[in-house]
Amino acid sequence: MSANVELENLNIRFGDFHAVKDVNLNIRDGEFFSFLGPSGCGKTTILRAVSGFNDPTEGAIYIGGENMLGSGPNERPTALVFQSLALFPLMSVADNISFGLKVRGVGKVQRRKKADELLEMIALSDQGDKLPSELSGGQRQRVAIARALAVEPKVLLLDEPLSALDLKLREHMRTELRRIQQRVGITFIYITHDQGEALTMSDRIAVMSHGVMQQVGSAQDIYDNPATSFVASFVGENNPINGTVIAAEEGYVSLKTDFGELRGRNERGLQPGDRATLFIRPQNLCLSERGDFDNCIQTTVNDQEFEGEFEHLYLAGDSRNLVVSLINDGAIPQFSNGSPISVGFHSDRAVVLPAGEMAYE
Amino acid sequence: MNNLLLPIASLIGAGLVILGLMFYRRSQHATGSGFGHFLRRNGVFVSSYLILSLLGWIFFMIILPQLYMVDFSFSHNLPPSKIGGPEDVYTTQNYEYLLFGSPGSEDAFNWLHLKVFLRTILAAVVVTIIDLALCYPVAYYMAQSASSGKLRMMALCLLLPFWVNEILRAFAFRILFGSGGVFNNVLMGMGLIDQPVDFIRADVGLYAGLSYAYLLLMIFPLYNAIESLDHSQIEAAKDLGCPWWRVHFEVVMPFAKPGIASGCTMVFMLSCGALAAPQILGGPSSLWFTQIIYQWFNTGGNWPLGAAYALVLLVVCIIFVMAVMRLFKVSFGEIIK
Repeated sequence: MSANVELENLNIRFGDFHAVKDVNLNIRDGEFFSFLGPSGCGKTTILRAVSGFNDPTEGAIYIGGENMLGSGPNERPTALVFQSLALFPLMSVADNISFGLKVRGVGKVQRRKKADELLEMIALSDQGDKLPSELSGGQRQRVAIARALAVEPKVLLLDEPLSALDLKLREHMRTELRRIQQRVGITFIYITHDQGEALTMSDRIAVMSHGVMQQVGSAQDIYDNPATSFVASFVGENNPINGTVIAAEEGYVSLKTDFGELRGRNERGLQPGDRATLFIRPQNLCLSERGDFDNCIQTTVNDQEFEGEFEHLYLAGDSRNLVVSLINDGAIPQFSNGSPISVGFHSDRAVVLPAGEMAYE
Repeated sequence: MNNLLLPIASLIGAGLVILGLMFYRRSQHATGSGFGHFLRRNGVFVSSYLILSLLGWIFFMIILPQLYMVDFSFSHNLPPSKIGGPEDVYTTQNYEYLLFGSPGSEDAFNWLHLKVFLRTILAAVVVTIIDLALCYPVAYYMAQSASSGKLRMMALCLLLPFWVNEILRAFAFRILFGSGGVFNNVLMGMGLIDQPVDFIRADVGLYAGLSYAYLLLMIFPLYNAIESLDHSQIEAAKDLGCPWWRVHFEVVMPFAKPGIASGCTMVFMLSCGALAAPQILGGPSSLWFTQIIYQWFNTGGNWPLGAAYALVLLVVCIIFVMAVMRLFKVSFGEIIK
């Protein structure tokens, strides 16, 4: 049976606070879907609404075509992995995992069998009789996921489950999570503010800001073709240059900026006269003398930073520093602060979007 | 009759002092934590003040009076002139009296007092259960659901009535449950009854009064225990399929067990030892065991018998509490937390 999750015109308000605004979305069966956004963007609210802890103020949630209105968290085919994990401290690891089965009246022997199966899947076979407090952070993490999977949900919801782990473990768990998802084959809905997690694991990502869904797409799509200024500035490093459209032709626009006329891709049908922002990624900016570029920016160097594979130049931009990331080929010149510099880029690497909210404060 | 008491008391006192000295000696060698750390942090003067006042409190306020009670309970009830005389010897007759009654009685056992004793224990158990049933939902609401404003409001509403004197409160309950009281008037006004119900004789007033008197001693340990439960555990239990009542039995109550145990212990012990409420609210036919003790000490003028009765009550209560704790697998250390 299909277990797609449909959000139909979802609106959630807490008093005057409009936490989720007009979200329409169809999360496909078996998909690894991420909600990505800064804290307070409404992503956790959506997750809690899907799991049944919040009610939508307007709109509806369908799981497998069934309206979930009026079903409590205990009646939905979903299971939630909490940010704090919420393992039961007084129960053994195996009891934690089989808790949902106990509630469903499954017998002791079968419960233990299922718990052992799941313990094997998360590579903790011999740890079933320990208490959660006797496990390491990463192990507890996996137990929380196993506990949620034990009830065989159609949809697994994960609320920033990796945020408490250190960087190394987090990167390991990304692969692990993806592996588990592919193995059980159910829909995963993943909440994170960490774009690295979202980009590496997800089939599709929804980028959220202030309760509004900004863009839905694959990781590549969101990185290469951001739909709004917010997405462009939130996902990956990006250099914004503000200006006014002076000409638009064949998918490209020319922009009048502080650095003269610059050209980039016109993905959103901008017309002459529109206020717009051109986004160019740090790795797509090069020293002008090293190639033949359509666009050139004359500015001054504010700072230079060495980082092994890359060397970052911080240049005076129109509102904030422009970052240029050069691959360290051993021939990068040293600039003194304040010295003039010319950097260039190809028009097809830059995207021009309507001026709007940025991810920086 | 004090021929043994003084040596025993001084032995215990000396023991406490020696214990203190031993700790002090050890602390001089100790470098890390514990007593030595305590001594160095507070200085010799403050430390010795704290320790002496604590030891003094334990000795003079707890050990010494109880020792006197033990001593009394094994003595004959003699007029002052004969105390210290040849008749002042130890005896178990006071305990025998509670079990078998006066030597001349016809019954094999002192059923009158033993029944009161058992009824008192049973009634205290009932009061404890009533309090637990009343306080658990309130404590849960305060600890997990209420906003901070509501929480303050509720705590205030719970605390304020306890500024009223206990005796006054008991009388207020008597008026409420009396034959011309509010409850009877309301029930008769609604036409549910045509004769006033004798709530006092049915001990309704007694149970209500006692339950109310020890409400706070149940609520606050419960609140403390439930408050430290991470709310997401409750949500996790729901999410994994628990109906609401099962969340409480599977997750909240096991977690709050130490709080439940400590609240129940306090309510049970104090209910067993209550005097004012049974005196005022008890029906004419019901007697509380403490009332008998009171009678021996006061009107009966038989302190040794009163002391024996009081000690039996204390010891049986402690054994009962220990047994129940064992049954529910709660350790004593958890309760103190």
